[in-house]
Amino acid sequence: MNRGAAVEGRTVTVSIDGRPVEVEEGSTIREACVAAGVEVPTLCYLENLAPVNVCRVCVVELEGSRALVPSCSRKVEPGMQVRTDSPRVRQSRRMVLELLASATDLSAAGEEVHRWIEAYGAEPDRWGEPAPYTADAPTPGSAVTLEQPVKVDNPLYVRDYSRCILCYKCVEACGDQAQFTFAIAVAGRGFDAHISTEYDVKLPESACVYCGNCIGVCPTGALMFRSEYEMREAGTWDPQRQTVTDTICPYCGVGCTLELHVQDNRIVKVTSPLDREVTRGHLCVKGRFGFEFVQDRGSATP
Amino acid sequence: MMTETQNPMEMEPTASERTVIDAILGSAGAGNGAARTAEGLRVAVQPERPHGRDRLLPVLLALQERIGWVSPAALGEVARRLRLPYAEAYGVASFYALLHLEAASPAVVHICDDLACQQAGAGRLIEACEREWGPEGAGEGERAVAWHRSPCLGRCAEGPAVFVQRSGASSFGLGAVETPATVMQSLEEGPRPESLPFIYRTDRHPQPLTERMGRLDPTSLDAYRAAGGYSGLRRALALGREGVLRELKEARLLGRGGAAFPTAAKWEAVAKSPDLPRYVVLNADESEPGTFKDRLLLEQDPYAVLEGLTIAGWTVGASKGYIFLRGEYPLARARLETAIATLRERGYLGESVLGEPFAFDVEVRSGGGAYVCGEETALFNAIEGKRGEPRNKPPFPTVHGLFGRPTAVNNVETIANVPVILRLGAAAYTSLGTADSTGTRLFCVSGAVGRPGLFEVPFGTTLGELLQAAGGLRPGRSLKAILLGGAAGSFVGADSLDLPLSFAAVRTRGATLGSGAVIVFDDASDLREAVRRIARFFRQESCGQCVPCRVGTERQWELVERVVAGRPLTSWHEERERHRDLAAVMRDASICGLGQTAANAIESAWALGFLGEGEAVQ
Ligand SMILES: Cc1cc2nc3c(=O)[nH]c(=O)nc-3n(C[C@H](O)[C@H](O)[C@H](O)COP(=O)(O)O)c2cc1C
Ligand code: SF4
Ligand code: SF4
Ligand code: SF4
Ligand code: FES
Ligand code: FES
Repeated sequence: MNRGAAVEGRTVTVSIDGRPVEVEEGSTIREACVAAGVEVPTLCYLENLAPVNVCRVCVVELEGSRALVPSCSRKVEPGMQVRTDSPRVRQSRRMVLELLASATDLSAAGEEVHRWIEAYGAEPDRWGEPAPYTADAPTPGSAVTLEQPVKVDNPLYVRDYSRCILCYKCVEACGDQAQFTFAIAVAGRGFDAHISTEYDVKLPESACVYCGNCIGVCPTGALMFRSEYEMREAGTWDPQRQTVTDTICPYCGVGCTLELHVQDNRIVKVTSPLDREVTRGHLCVKGRFGFEFVQDRGSATP
Repeated sequence: MMTETQNPMEMEPTASERTVIDAILGSAGAGNGAARTAEGLRVAVQPERPHGRDRLLPVLLALQERIGWVSPAALGEVARRLRLPYAEAYGVASFYALLHLEAASPAVVHICDDLACQQAGAGRLIEACEREWGPEGAGEGERAVAWHRSPCLGRCAEGPAVFVQRSGASSFGLGAVETPATVMQSLEEGPRPESLPFIYRTDRHPQPLTERMGRLDPTSLDAYRAAGGYSGLRRALALGREGVLRELKEARLLGRGGAAFPTAAKWEAVAKSPDLPRYVVLNADESEPGTFKDRLLLEQDPYAVLEGLTIAGWTVGASKGYIFLRGEYPLARARLETAIATLRERGYLGESVLGEPFAFDVEVRSGGGAYVCGEETALFNAIEGKRGEPRNKPPFPTVHGLFGRPTAVNNVETIANVPVILRLGAAAYTSLGTADSTGTRLFCVSGAVGRPGLFEVPFGTTLGELLQAAGGLRPGRSLKAILLGGAAGSFVGADSLDLPLSFAAVRTRGATLGSGAVIVFDDASDLREAVRRIARFFRQESCGQCVPCRVGTERQWELVERVVAGRPLTSWHEERERHRDLAAVMRDASICGLGQTAANAIESAWALGFLGEGEAVQ
C-alpha cells in the first residue's frame, strides 16, 4: 500500500478503461481519470478541501476489489485496473444521483449536476409522491424529502437545508480545512443527519463569523447569499444578466482575489477562485460581505 | 428547545452537573493553563495531563446516568473543558440513542420490538405500556416513565426484553417482561437478579466456550484458574509471539464478528507494523439483532475474555487494550470492572504481567447506543470522541486504527477462542469443526423453537441438528424460514435443514453465519412484520454519512412499508426492480458493511416469496 509521502517526480502507471495512464505517485484515481481525459462526476469533492468520500457518485470499478471504490480519495497503486464506465459503475452513479434528487431540491445546483442526472438516466420521480421531511413511519406511496423551512436568521446569508446533500463541505470549510471556526457540524444520524449549530441555535448565537466560506463550497445552493435568495424569491435573479469582475480585496494586505457578481449595477454575490495560491477560494467576512459600502454610497446617511 | 436570546454557551451548568463532569475530567481549572498560588496569584501552568477528546463519550454517558439528560449548559461546559467546538460536541452527542438532549423522564424504558421479541409478544407489551404510560416518547421530561421502541437488546432468548435508563441510578436490562407492572416493580424494588437463558449442554463434543457459564462464580479469579484459566496465557508467554502466531495459524482461527477474517493474519500485520504504540481492541458492541452470545461470555466468563485479550496484547506488542462495550450491557460492564480490578491486584494485568517484561492494561469504554459503532472503524471513532461514522478503507485498522495506530480489533467470541487454542493446542482444536471452519461456534437461537438459548456446537453441525437441540418447533407448528446472521444476514427456507453450519457451506447458499444469530419463524410467525422491522432497523441505524445508505435505507423502508400494505407503486414487478436497484447501489457503493448488507435479508425475503405479489406464505 502506498502510504508514504509521494516522492517528487516518481510516477505510477495505472490502466483507466484499458488505457495506460502515467500519473505522479500519490495521485488519486480521479486525478488519473482526468489525466486520461475521462470525466468523473463529483459532489463532495472539491480541490481546496481534503476528500471526505461520502457522496459516492465518483465510484469506479477496481479490479480485485469487491465493492466499487471512491475515485476522489483512493490513491493510485502501480498496475491498478480501473473501469469508469462498466454497468456496475453506471448503475451506482445513476442511483446515487437518483436518490439524492428524490430527496433534495437540486434546482439551484450547478449545471453539471443536471447534466449528470440526464446522462446517467436518473429517474428521481419513481420513488413515490414527494412528502415533507419526517422521521416517522412513511405513508405508503410517499417519498420523504428534506423539504423544510428556509433558515433566515441573519442579514448575510440563508440556509435552505431542503437543498442539502450532506456533502460535509461546509463543515470542512468552517473547520480545519479553512476557517477553524467550527460553527457547524453534522448532527443526528441516518436520514435524519443534518448540518447544525449546537442545539440548532440560530447563527447569530453560534460561533459563526460570517466568512461565507461554507457558501463558497456548497454545491447545491443550500447556503446562499441573502441577496441572491431575496432576488430569487422576487423572481429577479438572472445569471444571464450578471457579469463577473475579478479584483483584489481592498481591506487588508493578504490580497485575496474577489469575483464580484454584478447584476443591474449591483454586487449580488462575491466568490473567490479556488486556484489562487493566496487563500484557495476562502475569504473572510470583509471580502465576502463587505461590499455593501460600495452600493450604499449614494443612500448612506453621513 | 432554546429560547430566542439565550446563548447556551453562556449558560452555567448546575452544581450536580459540575460534580459529574469534574469526576471524569478533573476539577475545573485543571488543564486550562492557569492556576492560583497559595497567595492567590494567577500563574500559568503546564497542564498535567491534558484530557483528550476521547473523554467525551464517557463524560456524556456519566451525565446521562447521573443527571438523566445532557443539558445544553452541561454540554457547553464539557466542550469548553475538552477544548472542543460546541457544535461538534453536539454533533457527537446527537449521534447516540442513549443520550437525551432534552429533559428526559426519570425512567426511560426501551422496549425491544425486534425480530425475536416480536415473536415473544413485544407487541402486546407495547400496547400495555402505551395504555399505562401514554404514547411513545410523549411527555418526556414530564411523565415519571417514558418509553421507546428499541432495536434488539441482546436478550432474544428471554423476550420480550427491555432496557431501563434511570436518572441518578444505573441502568439495567430485564428479560421476559410480560407487563408494565414488571418494569414498575424493578424500578421500585431494584432490578431482579439476573437469570440465565437456556445454555445447551452435551457430552458428545467439547464446549470450551460455554463449559464454565453458569457453573463458576464469574467474579472469582480463583474459580477460573482452578478450571484451567490462565494456562493459555502462560503457554503464550512461553511460546513467544512467533509461537502464538504459528499456533493460531495452525488452528485456522477465523473471526466470529461477521467477516470470518483469519485472526493470525490480522495479528501478524499489527505485530509487524513499525508504528508504536499499537493497540488491541475488543469489539463488545454486540448489536446484531438476534445476537446475545458476547453478552453472556462477558457476564458469565469475563476472565476468559480478558485472558484472550491479554494474549492478543502480548502477541501484537500492545500494552493497552480497549474494550468497547455495548451501552445497554451494564452487568457485563460491572463484571468486567470487577475482573480487571482483581487481575491488576493479582499481577495478571499491569506493569509486569505474571512477572514477565510485558506491560498490559485494559480500559472499558461504553457505547452510546448505535449499531453502526460495532463496525470496527466506527468503533475507533466512537472511542476517540467523534461521531460513530465508519472510515473509508484502506487504510485498514492494522495500519491506521485506534488513534491512528496499528490496531488488532476482534470480536468477543474470537478472543474467547484464543486461550482455548493455546490450552488445547492447534491439533486438538482443529479436530473440532470442519476443514474450513475449525472449532466450535456459538449460535444464538431464538424465535419459534421449544428451547431458545445459547448453543455451542462444532462447525458443520447442520441447521436441522441445531434446531433439534433447541427443542425443535413448537407442537403442531411447521417451519417457515430461518434468518441466519441477524438483520445483516439473510433468510433461508424450510428446505435448509440439511445445511451444514460452516462458513463455506453457508456461503454456497448465498447466506452467512454472520454474528451467529439464528432466528426461527414458523407458520404462526408474521414474516412480513419481520421484514418491516428489518427495513426500519437499517433506516434508524444508518450513520447517514454516505448517500447509498442514508437515502437508500429510507427508500427501502418506504418500499417495504407499501409492499407489505399491499399498495405497490405502479406494479409489483417495478417494485421488485426498484428494490434490486437499491440493493445494488447499497452493496456496491456504500462505505461500510451496514449499507452493503442492508438489503440482503429483504432480497432473500423476495426470493423466498414472503414479499410481493401473491404472498406465497401469508
Ligand atoms: C454495521 C456493522 C456492525 C458490526 N457490529 C459488530 C459487533 O457488534 N461485534 C463485532 O465483533 N463485530 C461487528 N462488526 C464487524 C467488525 O467490523 C469487525 O469485522 C470485527 O469486529 C472483527 O473481529 P473478528 O475478526 O474477530 O471477527 C460489525 C460490522 C458492521 C459493518
Ligand atoms: S460563515 Fe464561516 S464561520 Fe459561519 S458557518 Fe460558514 S464557514 Fe463557518
Ligand atoms: S449545506 Fe451545502 S455544503 Fe453543507 S453539506 Fe449541505 S450541500 Fe454540502
Ligand atoms: S454504509 Fe451506512 S452506516 Fe456505513 S458509512 Fe455509509 S451511511 Fe454510514
Ligand atoms: S466525490 Fe468521491 S465520494 Fe463524493
Ligand atoms: S432482545 Fe429482542 S430481539 Fe434481541
